[in-house]
Amino acid sequence: MDQQHPSKNLIELKINADPFYLCIVRKAVQRMAELVGMNEQDSDSLILAVDEALTNVIQHGYGGACDQQIIIKLRQITPGQKEPTGLEVIIRDFGQQVDPKTINGRDLDNIRPGGLGTHIIRSVMDKVEYTPQPQGGMQLHMIKYV
Amino acid sequence: MTDQKNNSNNIVKNIIRRDDVVILQIVGEIDMHSSTELRGELLEISQNPPAQTIINMSEVDFMDSSGVAVLIEALQLHRRNSSQLKLVGINQRVRSIFEISRLDTIFEIYDSEDEAISA
Repeated sequence: MDQQHPSKNLIELKINADPFYLCIVRKAVQRMAELVGMNEQDSDSLILAVDEALTNVIQHGYGGACDQQIIIKLRQITPGQKEPTGLEVIIRDFGQQVDPKTINGRDLDNIRPGGLGTHIIRSVMDKVEYTPQPQGGMQLHMIKYV
Repeated sequence: MTDQKNNSNNIVKNIIRRDDVVILQIVGEIDMHSSTELRGELLEISQNPPAQTIINMSEVDFMDSSGVAVLIEALQLHRRNSSQLKLVGINQRVRSIFEISRLDTIFEIYDSEDEAISA
């Protein structure tokens, strides 16, 4: 059925890099998590990770320039031989490129405001991969399995 | 004596001043967008902090690390002034970010405002 309607399990959102739109993306992620059968706890974790990833792009990738674009793709992973059911999230920005090796969570023993986003993302997602794009900007590929 | 300030439409629903306690009732979703309002209120309180500031979060549905950063900053400012900052009514969804960040032990977290005040 999904093969007949391949677009059924994929949605794409384009937003300005403005924190105002974070709540809209969270709602979309929540609905997609429900559709793939994710439990509430995993859904909450996924929503938090996507929110943190977008916040990082807005803050660090674009330095607060709200008129820049972020593309978010949410795709249902149907169970197969290689992968269980899950939700794949791709976040594409066109901002500052960063060496993926330098994207690490901070020392949690150092209690201070800020810098927790990357730690949260890596803690709750099953796969996290940052890739600089040849055309500029970064792509973050994340998966949360059910 | 109690002084109360109502904020409609905003993340900060109520600020109640009772003797040497300030109770901040916050609502909704605290993210990069809305945390600036919370930070403004907490910085104002932190300039001349009461003995206790209690943040009632029982109507907060979501909080990300932007909100956590605001709370850490406020906690540090309160401690510098030998005053206390306490959190009340955190649901499991919001509590999980404290646990993931290993911050659940540095904040004083209570079930009710009365419990927080008397602790």
